[in-house]
Amino acid sequence: MQHYSGFGLFKHSLSHHENWQRAWRNPTPKKKYDVIIIGGGGHGLATAYYLAKNHNVTNVAVIEKGYLGGGNTARNTTIVRSNYLWDEAAHMYEHAMKLWEGLSQDLNYNVMFSQRGVLNLGHTLQDMRDIERRVNANRLNGIDGEVVDPQTIKEIVPHMDCSDNARYPIMGASWQPRGGVARHDAVAWGFARGADSFGVDLIQQTEVEDLIIEDGTIVGVKTNRYGDIMADRVGSVVAGNSGVVAKMAGFELPLESHPLQAMVSEPIKPILDTVVMSNHVHGYLSQSDKGDLVIGAGIDGWIGYGQRGSFPTVEHTMQAIVEMFPIFSRVRLNRQWGGIVDTCPDACPLITPTPVKNLFFNCGWGTGGFKATPGAGHIFADMLATGEANEMSKPFNMYRFHSGALIDEHGAAGVAH
Amino acid sequence: MFYIYCPHCGEHREEEEFHPKGQAHIVRPLDPDNCTDKEWGEYLYFRKNPRGLHHEMWVHAAGCRKFFNITRDTVTYEIKEVYKIGEQPSVVADS
Ligand SMILES: Cc1cc2nc3c(=O)[nH]c(=O)nc-3n(C[C@H](O)[C@H](O)[C@H](O)COP(=O)(O)OP(=O)(O)OC[C@H]3O[C@@H](n4cnc5c(N)ncnc54)[C@H](O)[C@@H]3O)c2cc1C
Ligand SMILES: [Zn+2]
Repeated sequence: MQHYSGFGLFKHSLSHHENWQRAWRNPTPKKKYDVIIIGGGGHGLATAYYLAKNHNVTNVAVIEKGYLGGGNTARNTTIVRSNYLWDEAAHMYEHAMKLWEGLSQDLNYNVMFSQRGVLNLGHTLQDMRDIERRVNANRLNGIDGEVVDPQTIKEIVPHMDCSDNARYPIMGASWQPRGGVARHDAVAWGFARGADSFGVDLIQQTEVEDLIIEDGTIVGVKTNRYGDIMADRVGSVVAGNSGVVAKMAGFELPLESHPLQAMVSEPIKPILDTVVMSNHVHGYLSQSDKGDLVIGAGIDGWIGYGQRGSFPTVEHTMQAIVEMFPIFSRVRLNRQWGGIVDTCPDACPLITPTPVKNLFFNCGWGTGGFKATPGAGHIFADMLATGEANEMSKPFNMYRFHSGALIDEHGAAGVAH
Repeated sequence: MFYIYCPHCGEHREEEEFHPKGQAHIVRPLDPDNCTDKEWGEYLYFRKNPRGLHHEMWVHAAGCRKFFNITRDTVTYEIKEVYKIGEQPSVVADS
């Protein structure tokens, strides 16, 4: 793998950037692998990377029906934070946060991780109580966070309406300075390039149409393009399509797939250098390095696989944004799109063994799994390498919905669902 | 945006007047005290999540506030039929 550096950039500029090495190969799959990962989103690629790097398991294929990172990874609003309420979730997202902090160096790929801070606003007394509780819980878990008052918020975000005139005046916020955003595509590409350099086969434009299961054990997958490909272990990381793959395996999962929408405005001059989220009026936004406002909506309440949601949800989000930032009322939106997110009843993911032996699922991240990408890959790689749940993944077992040991994170998850 | 026919009001209205309420026809265990944790957990949390036909419950929240069922395609978003609670769908999803 060619090492990226300032010097390399200079050297390649002399030949007009025409001789860069391809970032990854486009191989024909082998007949059999140690591990097959279904789904080449950020999580699947991170899993492959850590499997090879940390566990020395390199006979691995990632099978992706479209192109790498083209699913939710390409569609999200890129917010990264670790201020979750419950210990299990807080530890897991903080584990990811620590990996984010060294990720560009580790991958030798600039994922443009920008710790510009995340504000979660409170507009009611109950919001403020929840915020205080969550910040205190975070600090007990060694996670940075503060409760800030409207004056401080005004200093951080001068263009937001922090006055008493708003319909739902801002009473305070939680503030996680280490939170921020990362360049979503670069995250997928960096992991893809890293995994490829260890010999992992990235198989694009290939859909897994069925699973090959013998005596309750998975032994391979059926693909639309290369027929049967065998494997000792299979990990499914298909986000919104998890229910579809589970159905191939003959079981149901405790989740539902919903459209989640986002949109970007025309690019404007720098005006917002942090991330603002509001549960109550429900809208979240940041400004990309290119200048466009990146705005996220809530999910549509109905199940949908169409990668588009309904207009009332967009309208509702715009009301919230204009309520917080009257100054944006005449900014034009450029594009709007939807992803399919698989939401769990307790708003926490599934990183889990399944009723089928050697088949594992990483899914159910709902509206918030981008921030977990390196952490989820790290944990899931461990599960695929050992065949068992480690301490961090145990609480995220799908059987918690039988035992009742749920991890209810609807409050800290932050997106309406 | 859906235009939904409310079988109680007898009118087509915009989606905004309605709320989706999830999977329809979920049968509550008859003897909850004696069902296993698995049975109870599946009743509460495990749902059909089909790519295709889905029978779901809706409420006409900003209208008559009554509940009814819809059979809808979750990929094309086409509403195939609307029927009252207690009635059975005529367009049936494959299990
Ligand atoms: C609008 C929107 C905003 C969001 N905002 C945020 C945010 O700000 N912060 C945050 O943390 N999270 C956010 N999320 C959630 C986040 O995007 C996801 O949780 C995360 O990207 C999941 O990553 P993944 O790799 O598991 O899934 P994906 O990136 O969806 O990858 C799954 C891949 O599996 C492939 N696949 C599916 N079925 C098959 C098959 N049968 N065979 C082969 N391949 C298959 C798909 O093509 C896809 O590429 C948002 C999501 C959306 C939609
Ligand atoms: Zn009605």
